[in-house]
This record gives sequence, C-alpha cells and structure tokens, in this order.
Amino acid sequence: MNLEKVIFGFFIVFAATLNFGFFVGEIDNPDHHDIYELFAAVVVNLIATVLKFGDRTQIGAIHLATSLVADLQLLAAALVWGYAEHVSGAGMTAATMTSIVSLSGGALFANVVSVVILIAETIMQRR
Amino acid sequence: MNGAHASTIFLVLRRLRTPLLVLIVIFAVSVLGLTLMPGPSDPNGGPLPRMSFFHAIYFISYTATTIGFGEIPYAFSEPQRLWTVICIYLSVIGWAYTLGTVFAMLQDKNFLGALAVQRFARQVRRLREPFFLVCGYGEAGHLICEALDDLGFRAVVIEQDEMKVGDLEMQSYSADMPALCADAGKPDTLVFAGLTSRHCRGVIALTNDDNANLAVAIAARLLAPALPALCRAEHADTVANMASFGTRHIINPFEKFGEYMALALHSPAAYHLLLWLTGLPGTAVTRHREPPAGKWVLCGYGAFGKVMTQALTNAGLPVTIIDRAAPLDPTHQWVKGDGTGTDALRSAGIADAVGIVAATASDTNNLSTVVTARELNPGLFTVLRQNQVANRTLFDAFESDFTMVPSEIVAHECLAILTTPLLAPFLDAVRRADEAWADQLLGELTGRFGWEVPAVWSVTIDTAQAPSLYRTLIRRERPVGLGALLRAPVTERPPLACTPLLLLREGDAPRYLPGADAVLQAGDQILFVGTEDARRDLTLTLFNGHTLQFVLTGRDSPGGAIWEWLARRRQARA
Repeated sequence: MNLEKVIFGFFIVFAATLNFGFFVGEIDNPDHHDIYELFAAVVVNLIATVLKFGDRTQIGAIHLATSLVADLQLLAAALVWGYAEHVSGAGMTAATMTSIVSLSGGALFANVVSVVILIAETIMQRR
Repeated sequence: MNGAHASTIFLVLRRLRTPLLVLIVIFAVSVLGLTLMPGPSDPNGGPLPRMSFFHAIYFISYTATTIGFGEIPYAFSEPQRLWTVICIYLSVIGWAYTLGTVFAMLQDKNFLGALAVQRFARQVRRLREPFFLVCGYGEAGHLICEALDDLGFRAVVIEQDEMKVGDLEMQSYSADMPALCADAGKPDTLVFAGLTSRHCRGVIALTNDDNANLAVAIAARLLAPALPALCRAEHADTVANMASFGTRHIINPFEKFGEYMALALHSPAAYHLLLWLTGLPGTAVTRHREPPAGKWVLCGYGAFGKVMTQALTNAGLPVTIIDRAAPLDPTHQWVKGDGTGTDALRSAGIADAVGIVAATASDTNNLSTVVTARELNPGLFTVLRQNQVANRTLFDAFESDFTMVPSEIVAHECLAILTTPLLAPFLDAVRRADEAWADQLLGELTGRFGWEVPAVWSVTIDTAQAPSLYRTLIRRERPVGLGALLRAPVTERPPLACTPLLLLREGDAPRYLPGADAVLQAGDQILFVGTEDARRDLTLTLFNGHTLQFVLTGRDSPGGAIWEWLARRRQARA
C-alpha cells in the first residue's frame, strides 16, 4: 500500500461524492442545494487537479483533463451563484438554481469519468 | 525526440504541486472560516447576517495578496477580526513558500538547462536554409564559423565549454548561429542539433577530444549516411577507426603538416603553390626558405613527432630524436633528455645539424628549445609546433621558418573540402607533378595575381550554378569555348582575371590547366583561380542570359518580346 495512492484516490472520490451530494435534490429548489457543499466541492476538485499535475503518462493526461473540466463547471456554478445573490439584485430564483445545479451536474459527469479511470487503472495494474 | 525536453511545463507543474496545494488549502480555510464567523450587530437591532461566500472570497483575495482595501462590506465584528488576523499570517506563509519555490526553480541549473535545450532545438527546427553542424567551437571551429558566415551558410554549434559558447554569442556574425552547451558525443544532442534535418549540409567534428570526434563520426554514419562528415583526428588509431566505417573526410593536422613538410623537402615550388591556393582569404603568402638537406634534430617523439620523423626519413635525411622517454624507435639515433637544455641539444649534435623540429605538446618548451638551439647554431632551419592560437605573439616574434598550428590546418582543410571540392584533386596533381611544372605554374599565377591568397572557386555547368550557360549549351545554340566565356561584361570585353585550373567531365580524364580553346559541355565542372572581381563577373555571366549573349557575341541583345521581334525583322531584312 502506498500513502500517495491513498491520498490521490481519496481526493478523486471525495471530489465526486461532494459533487454528487450537491447535485441531488429537486433541481430548482434552493433548499435542496447547500452552498457550503458547493464550496467544499470546488476546493476538493482544485486539490484533486493539482495532485494530478506532472504525470506524463497518457492516463495521467486524461485524469488532468477531466479534473480541469470539473473545475471549470463548478467555478462557473459558483460564479452564477455569486452573480445572482450580489450583482443581479433579483436574488436566488428557481431558474438560477436550475442553471447552477445543471452546471454542477456536468462537473459530476467529469468526476465520474475520473473515478472510472481511477478504477480502470487500478484493475490494469493487478498488484 | 521531444519526450525528454518538451516537458519543461510538466517539470514546472510538478515542482509547483506542493505550493499550489498549500495555497488552495489556506485560501479555502480562510474563506470558510470567514463565512462562519458571526457578524457585528446591526445598529437597527439584531445581528447582521454572516458574510456570504462572495464577500469572503473578495476580502480574502485582497488581503492575501497584501492589497488590503479595509473591512468591506461593513465594519467587522470581533470574531471576524480574530479570524482575519489568522488569515493574514496564514496567507503570508503560503505566498512566501510559493514564491520561494518559484525563484529557486528559476535558478535551478537543471531547469535552466532544460529551457536552453528546448530553445536551441526550436531554433534548429525553424532553420529553413542550408546549415552545417559544427561540433567543438575551439580555434578551428571559430575560423570555420567565420568562413561559413562569409559564404552565407548558417552553422549550428555544439560546444562543451560554457565560456566558448558565451564567446560565440559575442561574435558579430551576420546570421544567428544557434549554439548549445552540451557533449557532442551524445547522439541525442546531435539529433537536437539537426543532424537528421533535411537542411543539414554536413557535419564537422573539431573537438579537442579524439573520442568525441569518433562518436560524432559514427553517429553521422549511422543516422545520416548521406551527409559528408569532416572529422578531426590526432591519433593514428582514431584515424584507422574512423576509416574503418567509411568516414568521408578524416583530417589529421599532424599528418597534413607532415605531407606539407615532405612536399616542401621534395618540391618547394609545389609546396608554395599549395600554400597559396589553400591560404585563408585576405592573407598573403611569403616565399619561405627551403628546408635544407642534412642532419635534423627532433624534440618530442609524440604523435606529431612520429609523423615528422617519417617525413624526414622518407626524404632520406638522418634524424636525431631527443625525448624524455627511453628509446622507442631503434632505427634513429636517440638522446634521452630534455630538449630545452643545452646538454641534450649538444649531445644530439646540434652544431652540425641543418634543422630542428620542436614537436612537444607544450608551447613554452617548444619555444625554449628553438631559442636555445638557435643560440648554439644560428643557421638552423626551425619547424615549430604551436598548440595554442593565443600564443601567436610569441611565435610571430621568434620568426620560425615553419610554424605548425593544428587548428589553422584543420580549418583550411575543412574549408577547402566544403567550398571547393575540385581543389583536392588538383592539389593531388600538384603533389605528384615534377618540380619544373610546379615552378612554372607558380611563377605564372603569382606573376598574374600576386602573392595575396587568391579566390579559388569551382563551377558546375547545371541549372543551379550556371543556368544561362546551361540553357545555351543544352539548346546547342552555339559552341562555347572557355576563352570566349572568360571575358568581362564591359565594352571592350577584356579577358577576366582568372585562370581555369581543372576541367572535369564525366567519362573523361581530368584536364589540368585547360586552354582557351577547350569547348564546354553541360555538366562540366571547372576549378578557377583568380580575383574576387573576376569571380563576380563570371557569376553574372553564368546567371544572366543577356550578359552571356554580350560576352559571347559582343552584341547587346534587346530585352522583351517586342524588341526581340523587331530585331529579328531587322536582321531578316538586312
């Protein structure tokens, strides 16, 4: 067992689970989607991305790419949230919530791909 | 090929992984803490809501980067201030750590080396013109790069010594010469430097290390078999090794000088002719004293000493060797001792010798030897080996009869091979020819062009080097004699100041000194010697159809379709 691998796997799975936790619920109901969960998802995703830096293999490259996609989607969701609450003046509406959750749904997909690659890589190694 | 070096970006990312993680965590903890701290109480009653993520990120962003706009959006509560103090110190630590890592990386030798290699490989990849790959920017490399620059070729340089690479960057070449500080013996380095590029015209290995030159030679042979490789070799076994796998040109400066010496002993006129034809442009050749026949003394029986002993013995002259080692060569008289001292020179019989060769690898010892020897016997003919170009002042002051400078010999030889491939067969003929022929030719040529080193160039009559003449010959418009062609394109059409030395035609024996009546054919190769002006005029004639017409007929041909039509009508009427 390798501590580095544990940490690596932990953050990838953790990013996916947090993302999922934020995503589930009625898509347009703000009560079902907690801002702290979104924040945690963003931070854990960023950490997972940085952990993937510097791997030159093909699988490493795909890992990094999926993480970057997830980051982009989640940051976009956070930006929409901030814009709705502070800039637009209209506050949180059902439509805004829908777009935030659907953006996080896209990130969830990228995170699931990441987890699948992680599992595939583990199975391939057989040790 | 890019694998090892295109990864600078990955190197950067890997090094920055920990600092980036630290920054993200610090930022996240600070923001989260700020949103959790209870806000101040509202003057209208009741506490204000806690800070939103938006405001927290805004506040931490300007605080962490030390911009510090103050407490926004409202005056903070005490718990928020407490948390801010913690955030400030956390973020300072995070930034200090990150910046420290970045600066350490920017000064890291490996990182800088990786960047330099990448930049060099990019420069070479972008070269879209013919270039030569020069390994070793020593004295010979310097001379060759200058000459290549003059000829309009680019050079890509690999040199192991950082100082010399810096020196190259200081030179004012007309074109940029990409240079890399690396070991030329490594095949990867050679590939980066464009060995396999289709614009590479040749490899020149000139390092001081025979093994490195050998490595370059074999790499060139295997990776780019069609490229001419010019390799310097100082030891006989290296020469044999290079020859064994078919290196095209092996240049051994000692061997070359030995040949010169043998030629000077055998035929002084041929020797002078050879010096005059192969000198560096812009220098003048002076007539040397001829090496006398009689007893010779040689100090230092190394690689050069052996070659010189051979040359003198072949000329039938007795040689006495002075060396610190015990006798290696039983056929010659051997004095064990120090050539710089009077005793050894006396016991070698310097008093009745006619010449001395100072052939050790130390310049100081060589000078000391010849100075002492001249004091003992003022009439001595001296042959001096100069190892460092930097010692030139000392060697000039001594006024030796012959001075052997390996780097200059190598440079001459390389240039002759690269720029005038026809010169080598002609020089071979000069070496073989008898003294009278060489003497007459030398008198003729130096009488016409002076003792300044002339321009020597070769022309192939094809579409690239002589398009107009090639067209005329292919269409069989008129037979062209050499004499008719070698005229200046001015009113009186005076003969050009150049002499054809050699005419090569496929399937024919080489014709030396072809006369004015020689009729040219397409595909002929001709070697000329003459002035730089004559060379320019001849190039104009060979490239420009109108100039060629004028040179051959004395009539200006009208340019343009209408004028030519009018001229034909006028001719038909007349």
